[in-house]
Amino acid sequence: MGKLTWSAIPFDQPIPMAASLFIVLGVLGLLGLTTAKGWWPYIWREWLTSVDHKRIGVMYVLLALVLLLRGFIDAIMMRSQLAVAAGGAAGYLPPEHYDQIFSAHGTIMIFFMAMPFMVGLMNFVVPLQLGVRDVAFPVLNAVSFWLTASGALLVNISLVVGEFARTGWLAYPPLSELQFSPGVGVDYYLWALQISGVGTLLAGINLVTTILKLRAPGMSYMRMPVFCWTALASNLLIVAAFPILTATFGMLLLDRYLGMHFFTNDGGGNAMLYFNLIWAWGHPEVYILILPAFGVFSEVIATFSGKALFGYRSMVLATMAICILSFMVWLHHFFTMGAGANVNAFFGVMTMIIAVPTGVKIFNWLFTLFRGRIRFEVPVLWAIGFMVTFVIGGMTGVLMAVPPADFVLHNSVFLVAHFHNVIIGGVLFGGMAGYNYWFPKAFGFTLHKGLGALSFWCWLIGFYLAFMPLYALGLMGMTRRMQHYADTGWQPYLIVAEVGAVVILCGIVATIAQLVVSIRSRDARRDVTGDPWNGRTLEWSTTSPPPHYNFAVLPRVNSVDAFWKMKKDGLDAPPTTYDSIDVPPRSPNGFVTAFFAVVTGFALIWHITWMAILGLVCATVTLMVFGWIERVDNEISGSDLALAERPRSKASA
Amino acid sequence: MSATEATAESTGVTNLNVSGGEAGPAPVAIVVSYGFWIFLLSDIIMFSALFATYAVLSGQTDGGPSGRELFDTRNVAIETLCLLFSSYTCGLGSVFLERRSLPAFYVLFGITFVLGAIFLGLEFHEFAGMVARGAGPSRSAFLSAFFALVGLHGAHVSIGLIWLAFMVAQTAAKGPREFVLRRLRCFSLFWHALDIIWVAVMSLVYLMAVRV
Repeated sequence: MGKLTWSAIPFDQPIPMAASLFIVLGVLGLLGLTTAKGWWPYIWREWLTSVDHKRIGVMYVLLALVLLLRGFIDAIMMRSQLAVAAGGAAGYLPPEHYDQIFSAHGTIMIFFMAMPFMVGLMNFVVPLQLGVRDVAFPVLNAVSFWLTASGALLVNISLVVGEFARTGWLAYPPLSELQFSPGVGVDYYLWALQISGVGTLLAGINLVTTILKLRAPGMSYMRMPVFCWTALASNLLIVAAFPILTATFGMLLLDRYLGMHFFTNDGGGNAMLYFNLIWAWGHPEVYILILPAFGVFSEVIATFSGKALFGYRSMVLATMAICILSFMVWLHHFFTMGAGANVNAFFGVMTMIIAVPTGVKIFNWLFTLFRGRIRFEVPVLWAIGFMVTFVIGGMTGVLMAVPPADFVLHNSVFLVAHFHNVIIGGVLFGGMAGYNYWFPKAFGFTLHKGLGALSFWCWLIGFYLAFMPLYALGLMGMTRRMQHYADTGWQPYLIVAEVGAVVILCGIVATIAQLVVSIRSRDARRDVTGDPWNGRTLEWSTTSPPPHYNFAVLPRVNSVDAFWKMKKDGLDAPPTTYDSIDVPPRSPNGFVTAFFAVVTGFALIWHITWMAILGLVCATVTLMVFGWIERVDNEISGSDLALAERPRSKASA
Repeated sequence: MSATEATAESTGVTNLNVSGGEAGPAPVAIVVSYGFWIFLLSDIIMFSALFATYAVLSGQTDGGPSGRELFDTRNVAIETLCLLFSSYTCGLGSVFLERRSLPAFYVLFGITFVLGAIFLGLEFHEFAGMVARGAGPSRSAFLSAFFALVGLHGAHVSIGLIWLAFMVAQTAAKGPREFVLRRLRCFSLFWHALDIIWVAVMSLVYLMAVRV
């Protein structure tokens, strides 16, 4: 069994054992309930083998919300540790455990919370907004999702079997090399991210092809909703950046498994090469996350102001400018490398320049709100909270773009406060706005407004309490990733930060309560029109939830905000006859691929040669079997379509 | 799949200029090749990361042998000829396939396979010789970068050969149906892309190392 023995399970450590017991019991309970209730056939047919972009989008968001819980538990454990571990006190987390927690927190929150959240929203919304029936490659879409889920599973297995990396969320060498990290923690990190990274790359290719090649008749580029533009920019960045990540992790794996010398201290290796490569992916990555969130806010603000988005063309231009500039700033993550004044000055100036198109966007949103009839629904709260918070985070970013200032603030908790400011205030708020905005489209009923607002206020206040003290602490000299500290003067600030984390916990509880209450009162909150917010774009022109083919007849687009124009011009009467359409059949391909990915990944982590070979052979055979069978689309005949569309035709008549 | 795509499915490649926009969703043959192009671009970016690594590490021999001492230009020339000629036979075979001349297609794709296999054999021979001389990938950073870059290209060629054999078998079993043709077009793109990358490998790795 390679390196795997019973000692891999940490029986002697109470915290991970309790946590894993909790998770294992939870999972077993869920599986038992599903079996007892006889839900398996439904789950297998409608979800696990589904190739419907809407179902896959929903599963992505669900994965993100579950992993948000895991990542948040890590966060509040760190905050609690730092609230007590001052002066002589050691706190309750030993250093080797604390190091795994901050590494897992960052890895999970970026790769398995923020990424699936954004990819899920794009998956669900983009084909509906483009007025088409699915993405370009529906089966590949399922493969992408299940590979992402496989990575998430491997990271969580590390909690029970073995250990996770202690190297921080980017696993910098030489610390992450075999010499200094001989355990399996870094291998868990690398293989989990390689597997999910392939999934993300395939999802990116899929959505780029969808947006560029599959759009409703009449939808020219300048008639696409802004969310589709930001999705295009984000997915172009995925296609351009994720291969760099794959190559970089591949080289670190070669160092660790085959004794090569890419990033080692000896043999001529160069650790700074890793920093450059990882950030050549890493900086575009932050725009991969934030651009779709910008798109969500654009849709939300326009809809709830009852106005067309101010400066559509400048918004598109700003989006594409950010897309290109994001590849020219990576060195600002390590000004202290010593590349010299000229190089640092170039990257400092580029970093400041990228704030300009972002500023354009902020002004466009402000002018859209200006003299609008704003309805303060939950998505708008998140949008306005975002605008205030993100501007602060953006300004601290520009501050650190000045190399001399960065030399002081590098690796301090000031930096930690900055990136949480933009990622929570930008990406997470965007995800929550999108979740509240499109939930009725996905499930056919709206979410509870009061609990949604409560969740927002807890998150907003909790965020400020948790991270504003860190700005101050950073300026006072506190570095990141400390398990305890000698200066008791820092403790009051860290206690405030702990209180902030507790307030955020209330926000998370409110989000869960909102979901539960909304499901229980769903009959009272049905969306029968398909257009609960008086929307502007095509996703609101179909039913809630949409039929699996989205549109019986592809809509004809004549302007930007196509559905708004249709409503203004008077909706056409529904047709009386329909042409038949083809829809792809469900496929177990994604789920089976992911199963072998987990087996192979686990075997490689533990150096179990026979299992790795078996997994690879099975995966190849699976690929060939699926490649041999010709996919025959299911045809929905015109008369069946007319039958399915009848209730809707009646409603509109 | 919309009505336009269904039409394209039955008539093969039509309306090559239709690009979405006014006309609605593009035909499935266009969508598949287009998506595969984007995949190839991403693959080229992965190679570019390894090229950059090689550029940084090519001088880091750690007292071990350098490229000038190790590389055999005659071997590289034969490899290059094999690969370039295999692209020619692959392209010619695709033309015959579009004309439904199956025997010529089988012969030409057979030659493509043989040339690809010769390339791989020569590369394996080169690698084995270097390892035998104590110049394996763990000897120095330069050799790590060399084996990773050239080896990744070799891995692509190997996968290409498996894919080629699979597609020829599929053509033989199912005939030149539209979905088979779509896949063969993707394979053809893949095989040509490997050539482009090899030209860069030959110039930047081998020729740069032995230049006077």
